[in-house]
Amino acid sequence: MTLALQEIMETIRMVEMENLDIRTVTMGINLKDCAHPDVNIFKENIYQKITTKAANLKEVADKIQSEIGIPIINRRISITPIANVGIKYSPADYVEIAKTLDQAAKLLGIDFIGGFSALVHKGMTQDEQNLINSLPEALTVTERVCSSISVATTKAGINMDAIELVGRVIVEAAHASAHINSLACAKLVVFCNAPEDNPFMAGAFHGEGEPDVVINVGVSGPGVVLHALKRYPEADLGEVANVIKKTAFKITRAGELVGRLAAERLNAPFGIIDLSLAPTNATGDSVAEILEEIGVEVCGAPGTTAALALMNDAVKKGGSMATSHAGGLSGAFIPVSEDNGMIAAVEAGALSLSKLEAMTCVCSVGLDMIAVPGNTSPATIAGVIADEAAIGMINKKTTAVRIIPVAGKAAGEMVEFGGLLGRAPIMEVSNFSSQKLVSRGGRIPAPIQALTN
Amino acid sequence: MNQASGNRVVFSVVGQDQKGIIAKVTAILADNDVNILDISQTIMQGFFTMVMVVDITDYIGDIESLSMQFRHLEEEMGLKIRLQHEDIFNFMHRI
Repeated sequence: MTLALQEIMETIRMVEMENLDIRTVTMGINLKDCAHPDVNIFKENIYQKITTKAANLKEVADKIQSEIGIPIINRRISITPIANVGIKYSPADYVEIAKTLDQAAKLLGIDFIGGFSALVHKGMTQDEQNLINSLPEALTVTERVCSSISVATTKAGINMDAIELVGRVIVEAAHASAHINSLACAKLVVFCNAPEDNPFMAGAFHGEGEPDVVINVGVSGPGVVLHALKRYPEADLGEVANVIKKTAFKITRAGELVGRLAAERLNAPFGIIDLSLAPTNATGDSVAEILEEIGVEVCGAPGTTAALALMNDAVKKGGSMATSHAGGLSGAFIPVSEDNGMIAAVEAGALSLSKLEAMTCVCSVGLDMIAVPGNTSPATIAGVIADEAAIGMINKKTTAVRIIPVAGKAAGEMVEFGGLLGRAPIMEVSNFSSQKLVSRGGRIPAPIQALTN
Repeated sequence: MNQASGNRVVFSVVGQDQKGIIAKVTAILADNDVNILDISQTIMQGFFTMVMVVDITDYIGDIESLSMQFRHLEEEMGLKIRLQHEDIFNFMHRI
């Protein structure tokens, strides 16, 4: 089997010119065997287990990257949702646990550690409530710890009590981290139908059904798809889908190779490839620009949702052929702050929060990295989360909200988060109240779609 | 899947065309006991482009250390030299 020069040059071009990279190699680690009623012993246990199991994660990823010549941007760890292993810890204890996780990540040279999480879609235990209440401080005093809260599923319905609490906690976290542009909120995501094997942050955690240790890989590559489409300006939509499928196939194959090599060398089973197109602020590495290349003048114009649906579906079809195990979120991300095309569309007045909400019906996640005015009320944030959760619940898909009410900023201003988190224009939010809905409390019952047996 | 299962590496050189590129690159390869299996060279959009498939079985070290041997030449001649295990190309372009 010989390689054609053209194929070799194509791969090199994808890396050199089109930002092909593997976004993350994420090691999932089960922490249930670390449980202990004494928080100090628990902290010691989790520190030991994480730093032992992931001791070589960075080194192995670095080596694979240099062998195959494709950058691996992040090395990450996902852990059992901490509230699930907690044993009557106070909010102050949870802050200390977050610090321990941060220290472990720093020792290992890991970019993010996800799983400072609670799954409360049907109800909250005291531990889970304490963890959620610890978030404003925990996410402010740590750098690399990410948190997710599951507040709804198709099977369980929507826990409005949890959403009400999370709405308040997000506003508190924004204030607690006002000195760093409310960055704490960028490390917190609120889920409906949370996947248990997602390698992407902030939502990664190591789910109930997972083995002790597992390797999951998240691919990337909007730039590669964009450049491929630019070569077919006259193609009809069927051909456009085909071009995206072929490109997604190749991107995913690169991820599959990385996953297999990493799993073997780290002595852990290979879990899944997450077939997501994850944009970055690099020029041309934008999902919005793909939608514009397909044919809308600016992302957000009528037709954007249709173009996104086409793209998202084609990525899945191409990618699922390329790996034996697709999982996680698998689709396209539309984070505003991490995508220069999205930022430009908001600044041009083409892309609003309502349009983004519509787009989340057909993309892989939801309202991601949305900066809103610092004076947005907790009830309004809870209302936004409830709307996203409803979309996910009824459509049996994952939806999520990562919203940042940036302290001291008003609509139209810009906020810088730095690194992969990027920068975001503050978006306008409706001024009409959601207070009564949120205050009613209770659960929105699981929909008829849940009765599948 | 281990690197040991195959020692073929795709070696690519891109840069301004000038005299002596192939001579200098292949001299370093020969000094390091690397065998050239296939070689093709062209000028693409004004750039000298050479792609070789090499066998590093007899080389003492890994891809990373071999690529370090070319850092000096890259700077001296203004070239971009990359070494990539052939598996990545097989994975991306073959089913």
